[in-house]
Amino acid sequence: MDDFVSESDSDYASYWRDWFISSRGNEYFCEIDEDYLTDRFNLTGLNTEVQYYQYALDLVTDVFDLDCDDDMRESIEKSARHLYGLVHARYIVTTRGLAKMLDKYKKADFGKCPRVHCNSHPLLPMGLADMPGSRPVKLYCGRCEDIYNPKSSRHAAIDGAYFGASFHNIIFQVYPALIPTKSAERYVPRVYGFKMHAAAALVRWQNGHFDEMRRRLRKMDVDHGFKKDEPLFIDDRGDDLDLDDEEDDDIAAEMERFEAGRGIVIGGSGEAVDARE
Amino acid sequence: MSTSSGSPESWISSFCSLLGHEYFAEVSEEFIEDDFNLTGLQTQVPMYKEALEMILDVEPEDDDDDDDEEEEEDEDVSGDGRDGTTHRAHGERRAHSRMASDLSVIESSAEMLYGLIHQRFICSRAGIQQMSEKYELGHFGICPRMNCNQTRALPVGLSDIPGEDTVKLFCPSCLDVYVPPNSRFQTVDGAFFGRTFGALFLLTFPEYDLSKSGGDSVQNLPRNTDDKALINGIYACNVAPGLGPGKIYEPRIYGFRVSEIARSGPRMQWLRNKPADMAVLNEAVRFAGEVEENVGTDNDDESMNLNNTTGRETTNTSRRRAPAINARLRQQRQNQNASPMTLDTNGAESEL
Ligand SMILES: [Zn+2]
Ligand SMILES: [Zn+2]
Repeated sequence: MDDFVSESDSDYASYWRDWFISSRGNEYFCEIDEDYLTDRFNLTGLNTEVQYYQYALDLVTDVFDLDCDDDMRESIEKSARHLYGLVHARYIVTTRGLAKMLDKYKKADFGKCPRVHCNSHPLLPMGLADMPGSRPVKLYCGRCEDIYNPKSSRHAAIDGAYFGASFHNIIFQVYPALIPTKSAERYVPRVYGFKMHAAAALVRWQNGHFDEMRRRLRKMDVDHGFKKDEPLFIDDRGDDLDLDDEEDDDIAAEMERFEAGRGIVIGGSGEAVDARE
Repeated sequence: MSTSSGSPESWISSFCSLLGHEYFAEVSEEFIEDDFNLTGLQTQVPMYKEALEMILDVEPEDDDDDDDEEEEEDEDVSGDGRDGTTHRAHGERRAHSRMASDLSVIESSAEMLYGLIHQRFICSRAGIQQMSEKYELGHFGICPRMNCNQTRALPVGLSDIPGEDTVKLFCPSCLDVYVPPNSRFQTVDGAFFGRTFGALFLLTFPEYDLSKSGGDSVQNLPRNTDDKALINGIYACNVAPGLGPGKIYEPRIYGFRVSEIARSGPRMQWLRNKPADMAVLNEAVRFAGEVEENVGTDNDDESMNLNNTTGRETTNTSRRRAPAINARLRQQRQNQNASPMTLDTNGAESEL
């Protein structure tokens, strides 16, 4: 904090913004260009959203020179952070902003997907709403297309509106090469090698939907994004494709004597092994 | 390892209190002393006997050649006012009686052996009970997925063989597995928890309300609700409560849904989907042929039977079999109206 106060007379460096994005907990933010911040058009409507708007803007652009008490200073500081966040949500969907966020994405600055089968795929920050003050920031994985809570409580406290509800989808539209190859690899709970019956039934039902989606997309000639024709039963680490198929049944079914003639895979299993990375 | 004064710490409790070992239960000595529980482990760890002694804080039998110096040290220890020969004192004395290199081998063998015993222990009645207490206390953390409402997770291995992968967290709400948030768990072997514990836990304790947040205290399911219909041993409301309509992410740009037809459109929604009526999943119902909703799985039972008749014998005599002729006819029918891929699909699904 001291840094920018004592040296706010410099015209060249972006002290406040440097300080802000390098502060602990602000790792998700990129630096907004001076040009963008000083173009009033980009700030349309924010004057009613941010208290002490002009002072806050002065602070963010390093031209703040008001002599005020600590309480006032604190309020303006808070407003400046809010203003930066709101402008940030607009900035990161511009060409320059997307490029900056892309860099951070490639460095996994936003963390990695905790889902085992996503193999540490980098995440993107996202809001659940564009309205400030509604929900904190979440993390989106482009591989499993699901939303995760940030690990650190510092990040979990950031307003999701500072990233907006569209950025993480826009970036994949602008950079289609960024769309990760999807994988149907998944976990199936087991008890002593037997699949847990209820879970296995759900997996089978879901795989039906997966298969239907791929058929639908193929019919429309749309790339479904999965590796060739990834077989459906991609399973936990493929270890079920070998010997324990012999006893491939679920224990709950055994217990309840639902003897429904459970199967043993014959065809296709060899390909499945190859298709897995 | 410095324990505050008072009761000596056993090897097991000091192992379990190490940083990163928060998921471990304390295996009872009773369990370890039952040879039956250790069947087959002798060949899995080097210096098995010594490792086992270390775990149980037992003095090695070949202590006779201890020299005088050590005898003195032993006296010093007991003279310290600590209650006679403590476990720790045994450990120290044992340390002197062995080559340092041996000791480090034994130490790592002991950890390996403890882990393998632990894998079995947490699937025993006493062990799974202890794990349920840890679950209730929130020792295993929560699911990181937003739509799982911070539900409590369970430590699992993706393999039962040590050295293959680290411990993961299984979420009963989305039935998926996650990397533990803290890197200190990334050195803990998943085999020490094994593949069975997670699912066995759910089958053993069906009454936990899995939709509850880890922030709340553990609750049991309310009695006599409609949702308490059983799906093969699991209450319907407890089958993946974090999945299904309303808990699937729909990508939007400025409020407009991104279409499936778009290159960047949704492709993974099936993974988080669930039938609105869980009775669809009830195998008994499905088998009676009363269910229409199971998309793309209508050949399921047939392919299963087909596989049974053409494939390996199973030991279960009560298994239903389709006559071989029927199976062949069905195979022909499938070949006619389905692409090779759908055949794979059917094989695949029967495998599940
Ligand atoms: Zn993911
Ligand atoms: Zn979950």
